[in-house]
Amino acid sequence: MKHLISIDDLSRDDVELLLDRAASFSEVANREIKKVPALRGRTVLTLFYEASTRTRSSFELAAKRLSADIVSFSAGGSSVEKGESLKDTVLTLAAHSPDAIVVRAPWAGTPQLVSQWTDAAIINAGDGKREHPTQALLDLFTMRQQLGADLEGRSVWIVGDVAHSRVARSLIRILVLTGVHVTVCGPPTLIPPDIGTLGCDVTYDISGMSDADVVYTLRLQHERMTAAGLLPSLGEYAARYQVNAARLSPNQVVMHPGPVNRGVEMSGEVVDSPQAVITMQVKAGVVVRMAVLYELLAGSRSDVAAKERAHA
Amino acid sequence: MIVHADLPTTDVLIRGVHAVDVRAGLDGLSDVLVRDGRIEEIVPTGGLDSVDTEGLTVIDGAGLHCFPGFFDPHVHARTPGQGYKETIATCTASAAAGGFTGIVAMPNTNPVVDSPAVFGALLETARHEAVIGIGFTACITKGMKGAELTEMAALKDLGAVAFTDDGLPVTDAHIFRMACRYQQLVGAVLMLHEEEHALSGGGAMNEGAVSAALGISGQPNIAESTLIARDGAIALYEDARIHIQHISATESLDAVREARQRGTKITAEASPHHLCLTDEMCRTLDTHCKMNPPLRTERDRQALIAAVLDGTIDCIATDHAPHSRDEKALPFEQAPFGSTGLETSFAACYSELVLKHGLQLGRLVELLGAGAELIDLEPAKLIAGLPADLCLVDLNRRWIVGEDGYVSKSANSAFGGLELQGKVVLTLSHGSVAHRDPVLDHPFETAGTR
Repeated sequence: MKHLISIDDLSRDDVELLLDRAASFSEVANREIKKVPALRGRTVLTLFYEASTRTRSSFELAAKRLSADIVSFSAGGSSVEKGESLKDTVLTLAAHSPDAIVVRAPWAGTPQLVSQWTDAAIINAGDGKREHPTQALLDLFTMRQQLGADLEGRSVWIVGDVAHSRVARSLIRILVLTGVHVTVCGPPTLIPPDIGTLGCDVTYDISGMSDADVVYTLRLQHERMTAAGLLPSLGEYAARYQVNAARLSPNQVVMHPGPVNRGVEMSGEVVDSPQAVITMQVKAGVVVRMAVLYELLAGSRSDVAAKERAHA
Repeated sequence: MIVHADLPTTDVLIRGVHAVDVRAGLDGLSDVLVRDGRIEEIVPTGGLDSVDTEGLTVIDGAGLHCFPGFFDPHVHARTPGQGYKETIATCTASAAAGGFTGIVAMPNTNPVVDSPAVFGALLETARHEAVIGIGFTACITKGMKGAELTEMAALKDLGAVAFTDDGLPVTDAHIFRMACRYQQLVGAVLMLHEEEHALSGGGAMNEGAVSAALGISGQPNIAESTLIARDGAIALYEDARIHIQHISATESLDAVREARQRGTKITAEASPHHLCLTDEMCRTLDTHCKMNPPLRTERDRQALIAAVLDGTIDCIATDHAPHSRDEKALPFEQAPFGSTGLETSFAACYSELVLKHGLQLGRLVELLGAGAELIDLEPAKLIAGLPADLCLVDLNRRWIVGEDGYVSKSANSAFGGLELQGKVVLTLSHGSVAHRDPVLDHPFETAGTR
């Protein structure tokens, strides 16, 4: 494992390895001193072309808990605003010899482009509407915590704006990879034609949702929905697709990548109910990202570690 | 008007070459004598054995084919203003390397070609730089803004061969209708980039399984076909002549057939990349495979091939669209649309259409020349007395695209790294050597050494 760019790059074994590693780091998160020296002296750089507080702070916390040095680079207020190209920015950052670069950008494929211009391990923290692999890993980690390690044959419904969701695209991939049955559900205007080719079922009817083991609700970026002709109104969306108590069975696990629009894609009472494991997802985010950083920079399958062993 | 620079000619005798030219009724081993820029004689092999070879460059044509020079009605020569991508010199040289002896340049340059002043300067540049024939189009609307017609009559008088806002559709139906009416004054065909922006809405690739998996906004097939249907109806109503550029979608072919059936004067072109490649190539987010209209699905590709075979498609056009390395070194959604195509056009079509889909070689050659007819020119022909516009091709030679670099100034070929069969080894434009493959250097014997 050299990079983590797409779930497609991972085997089922890789996923097991990462999640097992994350489980072992969970223990660190519960200590009083939440830090291990595993990546001491290593440099992790974050390169964000999009505003993000959650994902970024989660990565920063993960790096710090592994004792890595972390430097953050935001497109806003930097040379990027002076017209510097992506390539030149990356070459500049690469000159600092980082061990890993965490990349987020509004354009699909940015992380793999970045990987061509540096030797650092690249971690995709969201590229356009394409993928967000660490989110998928942390979601799977959370599902395992709730339902047990073997998810084969379980059923997950992903409800909402699939069209604009990189979270959905990574999650569908990782769930299909691990033998979970996936159904995506939402209004036809928010479900891309042919999304079923990723291996999921597609429905516009939410009534079957109550049989799922997990209901995964996507954030509705409602600012642009009505203007773009995608939804007639948020009210009509909520009436048809809101994840609320009336539509859920008591034992279903309810998830959301955050931030939630209460009363739109999910009712406030569900957010606050014990069924919702949203804060557990956030917690899982740190340990999963610790696992990713560790495996890419020091793990048994890491290219970096292999090179060091070769030099030893 | 096609511009030719005043270039020195070479007198050439090609012996024992397999000449194929449907328009000339030619398909067999021939000897070809080129003198003073014209085909002096073309006869069955052996017929020129007694010719005095003094002063002639003699080429052993054994194993080679000779075709009339190809004509591409859709090329982006990037002049004026974008010389870092391509110039008339590099563009015509690139075309010559693909066996072309005539091309038509699109006007979406910087500035756009929408005024007699810009047009005049362009002709002047071409007279100095072009190594093959080149004609220029002018915009349908000023600034390609879709709001006001250009001085089409004056531009036609200066030599504009056709009118197009290529790269953009003429979105406003009224303006398009007026262009159709005004065409009665100028005659020249309207070449149309058909894309309903309200439907394609910023899509960077085809809408389908690949775009769904990549989370990239896609252009649906109907973004192309619905505008063809509209423009076909308007053109029929006004009895105008239109040409549909770079058709990519199944539904568009139906729209062309329906318009034609109703009596619309409509022609259509297909590009080698749409005939050979699909949106599966975009899965790796290789920006060289980003063009507009986008690479479509296998279903569309097969429909397009069928349309070539059944005559719905009138000619093959490359939409050669060079971009610099830096411009293409961007995330897929940010990179500009376009692939180069002149150097690979014949080889791609031969490898795919002739070798895999049973298109007759002679018919392919015909389709590669038919672009000339759009602008009311006779295609090049292998007939004694006509200008020596021809190419020699080694049909057996397999080559990896880009392995030896490109003649074009840009390297953004969607075919880069793929193996194709069929290589142009010599191109004569009005009797001047516009392209010569190094492979000819050895057997390229001059008189007296033979």
